[in-house]
Amino acid sequence: MKRLLVLLLVMIGGHAFAATPLPRDSIYQLDISLTDQGGQTAMLAQRRGQVQVISMFYSSCTMVCPMIVDTMRATRNAVDEPQRDRLGLLLVSFDPARDSVDALRQYAARRKLDAPAWTLARAEPQAARQLAALLGLQYRQLPDGDFNHSSELILLDADGRILARSTVIGRLDPPFVEAVKHALGTP
Amino acid sequence: MKRLAAMLAGLLLAIPAAATDYVALPGGDFASVVPADGKAALAHIAPFRLRTEPVTNAEFQAFVATHPQWRRDRVAPVFADSNYLAHWSGADTLGTGALPQQPITRVSWFAAQAYCESEHARLPTWYEWEYAAAADATRADARNDPAWRERVLAWYGRPSTTPLPSVGGAPDVHGVRDLNGLVWEWVDDFNALLVGSDSRDQDGADKLKFCGAGALSLQEKENYATLMRVAMLSSLKASDTTVNLGFRCARSP
Repeated sequence: MKRLLVLLLVMIGGHAFAATPLPRDSIYQLDISLTDQGGQTAMLAQRRGQVQVISMFYSSCTMVCPMIVDTMRATRNAVDEPQRDRLGLLLVSFDPARDSVDALRQYAARRKLDAPAWTLARAEPQAARQLAALLGLQYRQLPDGDFNHSSELILLDADGRILARSTVIGRLDPPFVEAVKHALGTP
Repeated sequence: MKRLAAMLAGLLLAIPAAATDYVALPGGDFASVVPADGKAALAHIAPFRLRTEPVTNAEFQAFVATHPQWRRDRVAPVFADSNYLAHWSGADTLGTGALPQQPITRVSWFAAQAYCESEHARLPTWYEWEYAAAADATRADARNDPAWRERVLAWYGRPSTTPLPSVGGAPDVHGVRDLNGLVWEWVDDFNALLVGSDSRDQDGADKLKFCGAGALSLQEKENYATLMRVAMLSSLKASDTTVNLGFRCARSP
């Protein structure tokens, strides 16, 4: 009985959330699931409700990817407290074959990418391809297992609409930082 | 009971087979115009099955009827631009601007993917497509024949204002039709071809736009027609549609 009640509550809660229709230009229209560094699997659309900076990477990358991570971190640090804590950082791997939950967790620990601010996630290969396509990111696996890929940070509003993007990697991109601050409602 | 099971199995098999035909291609090592390592690495293509013809207006109309989220008046703009199926007379009618047996065009990559999924299939990869399209009536790889090159290239000079022919051109050695000479076709990894950069990048960030070995170099430069296809595909966004861009599907065996 208690279980039924909980189930009902969850259903009602879910319904209340779904009552505001998703904007038609939201990336959360994409029906894929992500599994994070803690092993939790959730639909992409469940990230709705938080302003986020998103990019794609792979954990065995030794070239630009560490700089993508550094640039995301620097962008977050450029936002003052307490707004900073409302910014989500999402990195999705395009190397699902090697980026297991364990690999993501180890990478997060090594680079000090702590939850809840940071989410490192993997998706099934087709879902990763769809997400990249939706975000306008390109990637291609090379014979040696590395990837060629475009490097961009993308800012999403709480409803998953793309607000801004930056190809500046390795240093702060002031207009992008401004866009992040603006999205978080800071002056 | 057994008869019922057999009937059900027959029905299940009949659904995709009724309207569409797939043939087996052996695959193998293939010299692509975009080698994976940017130099000369051969692409290793596993055996696969390819739809013998591109998807037609009639077939896509049937798909839209059963998958209304892909109607042009319902599709989310993140999945298809405003010209999606714009040549149809209505959201579920073809009209005179879209004949049933003409190849479907003005479809986005997302729509093409969803269609293929409905046929228990997927879009072919670029390597699969390029390998299949290298065939002619008698050879699996006719690319070194100047006549093949000229014939393929000639199509690209055709004005895009002339109405599209119907699907059903002459079969190649595999039994596949219309790979060259009818429409451009989406591939699954269109966003993996990495040729050139796009207009979004500015200043010194350019050199960091691509992680890894950098933009690929193109090979087989005398094969202009195929290179044009790579350039066109890699310039697209997944929601883009164009008047002569269609698709066909593939299956892993």
